[in-house]
Amino acid sequence: MSWFKKILPSRVKTNSSNRRTVPEGLWTKCIACNAVLYRAELERNFEVCPKCDHHIRIDARERLLGFFDEGTAEELSADMKPVDILKFRDNKRYKDRLNTAYKGTGENDALLVMTGRLLQMPVVAAAFEFDFMGGSMGSVVGEKFVRATEAAIEQRAPLVCFSTSGGARMQEALFSLMQMAKTSSALAVLRKNKIPFISVLTDPTMGGVSASLAMLGDINIAEPGALIGFAGPRVIEQTVRETLPEGFQRSEFLLEHGQIDMIVDRREMRSKIHNLFSILTHQATANI
Amino acid sequence: MNFLDFEQPIAELEAKIEELRHVGNDKDININEEISRLKKHSDELTRTIFSSLTPWQVSQIARHPQRPYTLDYIEMIFTDFEELHGERNVGDDPAIVSGLGRLDGIPVAIIGQQKGRDTKERLRRNYGMPKPEGYRKALRIMKMAERFGLPVLTFIDTPGAYPGIDAEERGQSEAIARNLLEMSELETPIIATVIGEGGSGGALAIGVADRLLMLQYSTYSVISPEGCASILWKSAERAQDAAEAMGITAKRLKELGLIDDVISEPLGGAHRDMSKMAAVLKEKLKNEMNDLLNSSLPSVVISRQERLRTIGQFKES
Repeated sequence: MSWFKKILPSRVKTNSSNRRTVPEGLWTKCIACNAVLYRAELERNFEVCPKCDHHIRIDARERLLGFFDEGTAEELSADMKPVDILKFRDNKRYKDRLNTAYKGTGENDALLVMTGRLLQMPVVAAAFEFDFMGGSMGSVVGEKFVRATEAAIEQRAPLVCFSTSGGARMQEALFSLMQMAKTSSALAVLRKNKIPFISVLTDPTMGGVSASLAMLGDINIAEPGALIGFAGPRVIEQTVRETLPEGFQRSEFLLEHGQIDMIVDRREMRSKIHNLFSILTHQATANI
Repeated sequence: MNFLDFEQPIAELEAKIEELRHVGNDKDININEEISRLKKHSDELTRTIFSSLTPWQVSQIARHPQRPYTLDYIEMIFTDFEELHGERNVGDDPAIVSGLGRLDGIPVAIIGQQKGRDTKERLRRNYGMPKPEGYRKALRIMKMAERFGLPVLTFIDTPGAYPGIDAEERGQSEAIARNLLEMSELETPIIATVIGEGGSGGALAIGVADRLLMLQYSTYSVISPEGCASILWKSAERAQDAAEAMGITAKRLKELGLIDDVISEPLGGAHRDMSKMAAVLKEKLKNEMNDLLNSSLPSVVISRQERLRTIGQFKES
C-alpha cells in the first residue's frame, strides 16, 4: 500500500483489492530514460522521474489525493455509473469494456471529483482517469464535471481540472458529443459567477475533451511534454501527407503558439495553482 | 442524376425511361403511356428502397455529391443575403459561410459549413472542414447577431473540423470549445439544422441551439462511421457496422431525444427536388423562429442551458 493511501480517510478509499497494483517490487524503470528508480522515492516525487524529469502518467485518485492537503479530500458523486443506452457493441460489448475498466481501475468512470483544501484554501478539483477507457468522456464524465462546477459555485471555491483523455466516448455516440456542449455551458455559468477555473492539461488531452472543458480555463496550464490537440497526430499525418514538425502538439509547442499560459512541473503544481487562485480571488498571501 | 449503389434498380428503370424519351414519338402513340407506367414503377421502387434504408445508406445520401449545400439553401430560403467574410485575425475560411439576410422579412444571421460542387471548389472549401478561423468568424457573426437582436440560423454539413497542422497551431480545440461556451449563453435565439453530414465537434461548434433539427437523410455522430470502425473494429471496412451501432440517423436521434425534429425530404432525397426541400425547410424554420421570437429572450436562454444541463444517461445508487 502506498503512503498516500495509508493516510486517507476511509471515505475516499477505493476498493483497493480491485486496484491494479504497482508490483510490490521496490524498483521500477523510467520509460523515458530507463533509469532504475526506487518506487517509494518516485511516489514522493509525484511520479516524476528524479533523473530526467519525465512526468509519468498518474492515476486520477493518486493525483487528487496528492493535490489536496492531507486528509481534507472528500469525493463527490462517487457512485455514479454509466449506462449502456445504445446497447453498443463493436468487437466487444460496451458492457464488457466497462467491466474490464471497473476491474482495472477500481473506479466507476473516467472522472473523479473531490472537494478539499489546497494549502488551506477550499478548492474543488476534478481529474480524469486515463486507464478507464482512455479517459473518454461520456455521460458520467459530463455530469460529474458539471456537478464540480456547481459545487464550486455553491462553495464559492475555485475549480481545477486535470485532464487526460482520448476524447469523447464512442460507445455513447451522440450522447458523448453533447457532453462537450454540456460541460462548456456549465463553464459559462461558472464564469458568470466569477469563480476561477484552472485547466491543467496532462498527457494526453485530445479530441472532445480538449475541444471543450480542457481549453476553457481562465488559465490553461500544461504539464511538461504532454500531447495536447484536437486531432490525433496519426490522423493529421494521413490527412496532410507530410511529416509532422518536431515536438508537434506537445506542451512546449502549444505554449509557443499561445494556446496555453504556462508549463508547470508537477512538483510545483500545488503552490503554483494556489498562488494563481489567491490572486484571482483577491486573497492575501497565505502563510505557508 | 447520380445514383448510389443501392439505387441501381432505380437507375436502370430511369435509364429505360430516358431511352424511351429519346426514341421519341415516331409512330407508337403508346410510348407516353409506357413512360408514365415506368415512371410510376420507378417511384414505387424508390419508395420501397427508401422506406428501409440502413444507417450506412443514409450516410451515403447525406454525403451525396448532388445534395444541396448551405449556399443553395441560402439562395432558396433567404432574401437580401450579404455574405460577411471577416474573422478579423488570420483570414477567411471558405469552409464556413456566414452573413446577414432576411427570413420571411425578418432580419437574421446565417452561418453554415460549405462543401464544394466540383474539384476546384471542393479544394477551396476544404471539403467543408473548417479551420479555427472559420469557427471564430462564425462566433464573430453570432456576437454581432446578439448585439442587434437577430436570430441565428445555422446549417451543419461537415465531415468534421479540419485535422491539419495549421489548424492545430491556431487552436482548433480552443476555437470549438469557445463556440460551445459562447453559444450556450448567446442572448438571441439559435436554430441549428443538420442538412448533410453532422461530423463531430466540428459540427457541434455551430450546433448549440434552442432548436436542433435534422433533414431526414442527414446524419449526426460523434465520429465518422469510418473513423469509429477503424478504431473499434480496427478496420475502416466495418463502417457499416459502426454506422449501425452509433445510431447516426435523424430518426434514431429523435427517438433518443437528442434532436427536436426530423424534416421530411422529397422522395429519393433532397437532391431529387431541391426547391421542394427548400420550401419545406423554409416553412419549418419560419415556424420555429416565430415560436422562439414569441418567447421572452431570457426564458429562451434559460431553457437552452437547462436542456444542456440534462443531456446524458447515468445511474446512481
